[in-house]
Amino acid sequence: MAEGENEVRWDGLCSRDSTTRETALENIRQIIVRKTECLRLVKETPYRPADGLSNAVSLDGLNKLLAHLLMLSKRCPFKDVREKSEFILKSVQELGIRIPRPLGHGPSRFIPEKEILQVGSEDAQMHTLFADSFAALGRLDNITLVMVFHPQYLESFLKTQHYLLQMDGPLPLHYRHYIGIMAAARHQCSYLVNLHVNDFLHVGGDPKWLNGLENAPQKLQNLGELNKVLAHRPWLITKEHIEGLLKAEEHSWSLAELVHAVVLLTHYHSLASFTFGCGISPEIHCDGGHTFRPPSVSNYCICDITNGNHSVDEMQVNSAGNVSVSDSFFEVEALMEKMKQLQECRDEEEASQEEMTSRFEIEKRESMFVFSSDDEEVTPARDVSRHFEDTSYGYKDFSRHGMHVPTFRVQDYCWEDHGYSLVNRLYPDVGQLIDEKFHIAYNLTYNTMAMHKDVDTSMLRRAIWNYIHCMFGIRYDDYDYGEINQLLDRSFKVYIKTIVCTPEKVTKRMYDSFWRQFKHSEKVHVNLLLIEARMQAELLYALRAITRYMT
Amino acid sequence: MEKMSRVTTALGGSTLTGRTMHCHLDAPANAISVCRDAAQVVVAGRSIFKIYAIEEEQFVEKLNLRVGRKPSLNLSCADVVWHQMDENLLATAATNGVVVTWNLGRPSRNKQDQLFTEHKRTVNKVCFHPTEAHVLLSGSQDGFMKCFDLRRKDSVSTFSGQSESVRDVQFSIRDYFTFASTFENGNVQLWDIRRPDRCERMFTAHNGPVFCCDWHPEDRGWLATGGRDKMVKVWDMTTHRAKEVHCVQTIASVARVKWRPECRHHLATCSMMVDHNIYVWDVRRPFVPAAMFEEHRDVTTGIAWRHPHDPSFLLSGSKDSTLCQHLFRDASQPVERANPEGLCYGLFGDLAFAAKESLVATESGRKPYTGDRRHPIFFKRKLDPAEPFSGLASSALSVFEMEPGSSSMSWFVDTAERYALAGRPLAELCDHNAKVARELGRNQVAQTWTMLRIIYCSPGLVPTTNLNHSVGKGSSCGLPLINSFNLKDMAPGLGSETRLDRSKGDARSDTVLLDSSTTLITNEDNEETEGSDVPADYLLGDVEGEDDELYLLDPEHAHSEEPEYVLPQEAFPLRHEIVDTPPGPEHLQDKADSPHVSGNEADAASLVPVDSSFSLISVSHALYDSRLPPDFFSALVCDMLRFYAEQGDVQMAVSVLIVLGERVRKDIDEQTQEHWYTSYIDLLQRFCLWNVSNQVVKLSTSRAISCLNQASTTLHVNCSHCKRPMSSRGWVCDRCHHCASMCAVCHHVVKGLFVWCQGCSHGGHLQHIMKWLEGSSHCPAGCGHLCEYS
Repeated sequence: MAEGENEVRWDGLCSRDSTTRETALENIRQIIVRKTECLRLVKETPYRPADGLSNAVSLDGLNKLLAHLLMLSKRCPFKDVREKSEFILKSVQELGIRIPRPLGHGPSRFIPEKEILQVGSEDAQMHTLFADSFAALGRLDNITLVMVFHPQYLESFLKTQHYLLQMDGPLPLHYRHYIGIMAAARHQCSYLVNLHVNDFLHVGGDPKWLNGLENAPQKLQNLGELNKVLAHRPWLITKEHIEGLLKAEEHSWSLAELVHAVVLLTHYHSLASFTFGCGISPEIHCDGGHTFRPPSVSNYCICDITNGNHSVDEMQVNSAGNVSVSDSFFEVEALMEKMKQLQECRDEEEASQEEMTSRFEIEKRESMFVFSSDDEEVTPARDVSRHFEDTSYGYKDFSRHGMHVPTFRVQDYCWEDHGYSLVNRLYPDVGQLIDEKFHIAYNLTYNTMAMHKDVDTSMLRRAIWNYIHCMFGIRYDDYDYGEINQLLDRSFKVYIKTIVCTPEKVTKRMYDSFWRQFKHSEKVHVNLLLIEARMQAELLYALRAITRYMT
Repeated sequence: MEKMSRVTTALGGSTLTGRTMHCHLDAPANAISVCRDAAQVVVAGRSIFKIYAIEEEQFVEKLNLRVGRKPSLNLSCADVVWHQMDENLLATAATNGVVVTWNLGRPSRNKQDQLFTEHKRTVNKVCFHPTEAHVLLSGSQDGFMKCFDLRRKDSVSTFSGQSESVRDVQFSIRDYFTFASTFENGNVQLWDIRRPDRCERMFTAHNGPVFCCDWHPEDRGWLATGGRDKMVKVWDMTTHRAKEVHCVQTIASVARVKWRPECRHHLATCSMMVDHNIYVWDVRRPFVPAAMFEEHRDVTTGIAWRHPHDPSFLLSGSKDSTLCQHLFRDASQPVERANPEGLCYGLFGDLAFAAKESLVATESGRKPYTGDRRHPIFFKRKLDPAEPFSGLASSALSVFEMEPGSSSMSWFVDTAERYALAGRPLAELCDHNAKVARELGRNQVAQTWTMLRIIYCSPGLVPTTNLNHSVGKGSSCGLPLINSFNLKDMAPGLGSETRLDRSKGDARSDTVLLDSSTTLITNEDNEETEGSDVPADYLLGDVEGEDDELYLLDPEHAHSEEPEYVLPQEAFPLRHEIVDTPPGPEHLQDKADSPHVSGNEADAASLVPVDSSFSLISVSHALYDSRLPPDFFSALVCDMLRFYAEQGDVQMAVSVLIVLGERVRKDIDEQTQEHWYTSYIDLLQRFCLWNVSNQVVKLSTSRAISCLNQASTTLHVNCSHCKRPMSSRGWVCDRCHHCASMCAVCHHVVKGLFVWCQGCSHGGHLQHIMKWLEGSSHCPAGCGHLCEYS
């Protein structure tokens, strides 16, 4: 009875009309004050065992509210809401209730908070972006705050994500979030899983499904296999996989649904890469994003431990960084020099055909050994692991174990000509949106490199892009894979490889050790390239299989 | 024959022959090109590069150009082109960015001639100059176009598109120096080969990549482009700004486009993805392809017309590893399968109808429109008579407009409001309803009510108060009864005779016949026929399918014509009609040759006369066996109800159902009844007749319906103090323990009906407030508001 009426409605806050926000906040304030009063009354009365449980429950409910308020006070793009929620928190504190404080250091664990744009200090364009994002989701997540380094891309990214999750599409809303959970869970990305568990419940999903894939409908369970292969070894997707999904009697997927699902899966696989690659911290209002404990007790959260990110570590890296400042300075210079050389002497030494082929093979083979030595299994947090089965199935290089997978030739099946047409046919408008996103990511440049200006970085970007596709066995006939070796050094390759293939193993050390002189925004830029290239690679394999099934 | 001779001259004496055929290649093809002599075709792909001779019955492999032990990427072809001046010269574009030329005249096994490795990315297209022997043009993914002179080792000039990848380059066939290039970002550029610094002209042709373009072989200025946005556009380049003259919408992205030789408006297309067919379009008819070739099982990658002056042979290569020759006469023509008629209702009841002109012409000849009240508007699109399909394509569109107000449903509202459904004896109800119907000009319905009364109120029970139909109930009146019997006996002979004599309206002929016997009958008969005859007449005028509306109009129409006939008030309901309408088979025959049946082409209309005859029978029974129990008729009554319901007059069906109550209910299955009820209630609610609808719900006996009244009857109230919903009781708030609704007059809690002023929100017991406001116009709470009670 009380629950129904004390239900807090957050959606009023997303309105662009300030009075609507005002009333919504006032409502929330009243509810919180009431709850607080209620708690205080209980506290004052002598302890009765029967009340214990309900008391705990209501305290829990209140804490959730407070955490949400805390998030609003930090992350809401509207100034009035930020101020008012802070005020509410303060007043609650004055009543003797413990209020939460944010954990961690801003949206990313890798990037110092001061580097990241503070909400409230954004320019007009970013503010519109923030407001749009907030209006659509009711939050401004950490991913957005990190991506806003590149507003042009962020806009396209948000538009696509919004369309995939909330606009017209063949799949019901709760399916979409559940597929997002499935995809993120493949990489044990608790950040995305938590976000989408909330959204999933919000759109009316059945909480039972969250106990594991085996509790979800058969139709979604069937998707599990595709999810697994797509995430780790997309080159193994065959038209039999597609056929299995489309012809499962009452549990069959339709082609349009399948394309929607595939786009969602690839989107969340690569978004998981970004989350790990940029060290995105848990959302303030989610578990692990805030604490009610006073600051002195602990300085790091669980996630930091599992990723080997003790603050001690940080110190070491920092000191190491300081020592090698001059080294890294030369790194940039050397890279510039190499790019210049490649540009100039391209025509002079013409590699033979065999040479070119072998270069691709070498790069492909080498990419297998690039892995960082520490191969210890990190046991994923329990709540995430229940969303996926077959934990042992991970990335494996395609040419290992003697299994021969033919090279994927872009000239025979590429996104622009083939993938786009297929997606747009089966899931209208999305092809266009993804195409734009790929374009922006691929062509994004500020013509800067670290401290240098007016640099043509297209060669470097192409090398990164093609290196990722190379890891997936996708070959460009017209690319000299020798360039990759010249432009990407080992630590960078390790980072790329880890992010793209096993993002859950990325550490701050890896993030710090490549391109040491580059700005954080440039590292985020690299991440954008990585995730888009990965998404395209997965999409290409999945769509090719669908095309083969159709013909 | 004439065509044949033309081809012969064009080909310089030799006629092309062949049949639709295909041959298997070893690998998927990416492009094909035809030799000048039209006897050989080259196929190129990632792992195939062969020349086939086109013979009468088959393709014969002539030469494999893919030689050497190791497969080189230089041989992985994205495009191939055969020089149109020199039979020995070919050029290929490799996926790794190399442009290769081949000289078939070389004595060695390897025919490779020159290698240009200037492009950094895949070369998408190569193109020879149509007249110059040594000029080759290439367009690449890296955004550059290069012009090569085959006598030199490297490019003569480089053209930078300043934008994204080049997808196609084509020399103009007519202008020596001009070429067009298309880009991945949707642009098309026009270049002068002598001016590599900047393009002559640039415009955005498509949304997304432009995959291909083709200059018209005869028309100097026409350029066709095809893009990923599934469109083929034809541009007129002669004007100052490129003007889009035609646009064809296909179902998939367009990979290749090729003008058909000798057919000014035809072009062939194939798609990049999903769709495997090759289409030949007439650009003036952009919605239906003129021809379609469906041989391939995977996407078609290359198409070429075999000879530049022969429109009937098309060659194609595909990803399914086949090479095909298509004959135009073997193509399937979607036009033939298309349905050439269209019919559509507009928002306001307007009707548009399009059909082949010939069809409409013959029909209108048969049934002139002149008599129609609503004049059709004609739009006619005449196509160029020179076109091959002009006969097929010209169609006429007629639009029938609704007469303003004719769709008015006022009769429905009136009827609903005025019908009495319960609370009085059956006979009275019937009479009342009959009267209502008659006043609204719905004579047929009125008759039905009257008959129901006759059937169900046996003579003895007839109330004496009935003034209206003195004879209707008067089975007690002996004379007409006898009369009718007499007439009935002689009817078979007479009736059929007249029917034979008169082609039009047997009902009317009956009238004439009966005139001789009794005037009363005549009049009555007239009235009866008016209801049915008139609509049938005007139905002849527009058979084009206004059936539904027709029915609705019917009563009104009859009404409007009524003054022409003198209708006696004391209508002898139907009694005398039986006289001339023999029951049984005769009746059927009557139906068969009545003029109504000629109008039967429009189904609904024919039902009108059916009903009239039906009423005849039923009454005949009533007269015949007036002592039969009413149950005897229930089957007929049920039929009648169904008939009305099918007509869309669910109002009648439900009203009768309610009025007759138990008498018929058991004969109609529950579901049908429910269906009628819900439809009627729905209709009533659409007309905002809430009271009537509620009454109907209440009177219905179907459980599913009567429970409609029970649903959502809860009224949620919020406490007037704390503004929160009051959950348990309606008058005391659980939270603030205030009594929410106090009577402003007696200051007690109101537990029953609470009435309050919407202006000042004070209120109280209904009686108290009523009483108060009789004496004072101010609010009893003393707030000073001038309350109104209505």
